[in-house]
Amino acid sequence: MSVLIFKVILIVIIFLISLGLAAYATYGERKVAAFLQDRIGPDRAGPFGLLQPIADGVKMFLKEEIIPTVSDKFLFILGPSLFMVTALMTSAVIPWGTPMEFGGVTYHLQVADINIGILYVLGVVSLGVYGIMLGGWSSNNKYALLGAIRASSQMISYELAMGMSVIAVLLISDGSLSLNAIVEGQKGLNWNVFYQPLAALIFIITAFAECNRTPFDLPESESELIGGYHTEYSSMKLGLYLFAEYINMFISSAIISSLFFGGYNFPGLEYLQTVLPTNLVSLISFGAFFTKILFFIFFFMWVRWTIPRFRYDQLMRLGWQVLMPLAIINVLITGAVVTFFGN
Amino acid sequence: MSSPVDYTAIFIQFIVAMGFVVTTMVVSHNAGPKRKTSDKLEVFECGIDSEGNARMPFSIRYFLTAILFVMFDVEVIFMYPWAVNFKALGAAGFYEMLLFVGTLLLGFIYIWKKGALKWE
Repeated sequence: MSVLIFKVILIVIIFLISLGLAAYATYGERKVAAFLQDRIGPDRAGPFGLLQPIADGVKMFLKEEIIPTVSDKFLFILGPSLFMVTALMTSAVIPWGTPMEFGGVTYHLQVADINIGILYVLGVVSLGVYGIMLGGWSSNNKYALLGAIRASSQMISYELAMGMSVIAVLLISDGSLSLNAIVEGQKGLNWNVFYQPLAALIFIITAFAECNRTPFDLPESESELIGGYHTEYSSMKLGLYLFAEYINMFISSAIISSLFFGGYNFPGLEYLQTVLPTNLVSLISFGAFFTKILFFIFFFMWVRWTIPRFRYDQLMRLGWQVLMPLAIINVLITGAVVTFFGN
Repeated sequence: MSSPVDYTAIFIQFIVAMGFVVTTMVVSHNAGPKRKTSDKLEVFECGIDSEGNARMPFSIRYFLTAILFVMFDVEVIFMYPWAVNFKALGAAGFYEMLLFVGTLLLGFIYIWKKGALKWE
């Protein structure tokens, strides 16, 4: 029973971190953009503009809610809700740090250590496509529909290469889909990225495409499609779409870190475990994991303000004719190496 | 390895997520002003009246992409159990997978040559 209470506390903490981080990622995005373009960025609301995300949130809540008369009202509301729920669900299988201990009972810093781990992530992420498709279709607006079709077509195309790149990681790890086991297998600096650099690169690129981030933000390319699939949305329904995108970015960064960059592992963790109390080490490992996540979020922003958007045919060619074959070849080569030169 | 308590936790997370979304929707529905006019409730179009229904036929390529995705995604899913049991299956498992991926690649080259992946 106490395990369940711990899980509930953990769920709430991770939920709050997701929301807080997503809110401040919008601020970070604007500050990074300003830095890269030699501007100052938001600096009016509070010291250094730190209250800007809160001001934006309040503004979103106080805007008028518009639902076009020709739209399908139920699906129109369901779209952003589904998108947000799936974004908040993915974090369940991520291991956040080494186990904690209270009164002789060990608690894993992971909401659910299920043995289908990474499959759960891929499954929930692909449900997110429904959120976009429902929103775009129900709007009954040509721009929204085009944006939604583009988005779903792009997301399903890149999912294939993503799934393939994960298989290469499974081949070199000890044969478990559980993210906890995958992270445990990367102790010290024994990170998967050094054994599977190509898989890591493919996974990062596909993660950008799944999050609809530049250079893959064609679903909402404003010069052709106004706002893409959320053209008709206003008030907090638009807020949920935008917010969920930042949560997806956070979760993607967490999954990239756990699959390829050692998760909460860092050189010297074993040594610290022998000299420091368990719970302190747990917090330190959580800090290490979080540093990696923040780096990848910064990386997402860095790319956004550096690389221009692809054309749609280029995007599809990259997904199907470059990343797919590369991922398949990578799986075959990894399989051959492990079979004939393993151990 | 997984116990029911793990899936209970996922269910709790689902409830928390749903709770947040529903609360947000209800609050934003009630907080904003409500001064709706017929012009406001029209769908957006760049300064002119919207013409006809938006749900028109669209490019067949999107549909083709979706069909190809379903096929290849199933293949990828088949590879997961193989990858998990990879070390236990040994060399025999690797050859069998070569056969499977070879067939998959043949199909892939076929759709490539047929131009199903062309977007120009």
